[in-house]
Amino acid sequence: MARETPEVNGGSLADIAFLLLIFFLVTTTMDIDTGITRLLPPEPEEEQETQVQVNKRNVLVVLLNRSDRLMVGGEEMDRLELKDEVIEFFTNPLNKEDLPVMEDTEVQFPPGSSTLLPPDGVWRGKVSKGVISLQNDRSTTYGKYLQVQNELVAAVNTLRNDFCKLYFDKDYDDLNTNNPVEEEIQEGIRQIYKMNISESEPKNIGGRN
Amino acid sequence: MSKFARKKGKGSQSINTASLPDIVFMLLFFFMVATTMRETEVQVRVRVPEATEVKKLEKKSLVSYIYIGRPVAHVARMYGTEPLIQLNDKLVSEEGIPYESIQDFVLFEREKLPESDKNRMTMSLRIDENISMGKVDDVKQALRRAKALIINYSARKEYRDQGRQR
Repeated sequence: MARETPEVNGGSLADIAFLLLIFFLVTTTMDIDTGITRLLPPEPEEEQETQVQVNKRNVLVVLLNRSDRLMVGGEEMDRLELKDEVIEFFTNPLNKEDLPVMEDTEVQFPPGSSTLLPPDGVWRGKVSKGVISLQNDRSTTYGKYLQVQNELVAAVNTLRNDFCKLYFDKDYDDLNTNNPVEEEIQEGIRQIYKMNISESEPKNIGGRN
Repeated sequence: MSKFARKKGKGSQSINTASLPDIVFMLLFFFMVATTMRETEVQVRVRVPEATEVKKLEKKSLVSYIYIGRPVAHVARMYGTEPLIQLNDKLVSEEGIPYESIQDFVLFEREKLPESDKNRMTMSLRIDENISMGKVDDVKQALRRAKALIINYSARKEYRDQGRQR
């Protein structure tokens, strides 16, 4: 004989769930962390005191002084012009004497990944030996420093992206690093356009603080 | 008197709310999955700068945070208003350059990671845009000394009108 089971009152279930919902809404954050990832140079070894001699034409000095004014290669410059300047510096389109040496290089890409490459997938071209030296004063504001850093990264990213679009018909950022072929492409492009930005040892620029 | 009148007056029609808990639970689960718990109380005021080239930080477990900024009101009462450094949840109160603290912090955080990820540890620098670079340089030097070389300058995404002009 089937007895009627007493029903649990579910009316308050919604209230309980709402309470939990509101608790999680309050205690959690939605923001995703975004930022510019950079690599610091390793700490120099004791005996490695001698400075590496770099050809003067291969270095672009980007200097931010204590009043946040920007100086690029000895001339004052607006921040928004910096990107184009850096792109010219890294590509040296007119083979100028005072811009970096372009070195003949071979870079291996996955064979058959692009119609613009020979069948064996080896790219032959010129790679810049340029290095950007970013210098700042102790009283430079961090916000300005990061803006300049951003322009430098933007320049290299643009170069990489243009190359990737031209050869592989794809945005550099859309390359999937979990895919071995596309990862090799990314690695190859990184060899052609290196992120050669050196953050120098801190020093005082423009007088005392 | 008419057949229309009969429909009225039989008590108000109630909406069936039986599925309401389901809907709310669905919302609840969405928020539980999509968000992360706020683990640390940030005791310094940080407004990170804007930049166009920002990327998302992958793999939260590899990331440790260093905050630099002026202390919030209740902390300022104890430590003054000069910029302070906070390592994850710990405020560094010592004067001068906290090389020691940062070195210990890096060692401690690195110890927590599995062997395979030890060299992929990322330091997220959440620094207020008005802080002067002196303090930032000190921290960077300390990180170099502690061999924590992958850093991430935390920044908000900035959208520029001109787009990617060349």
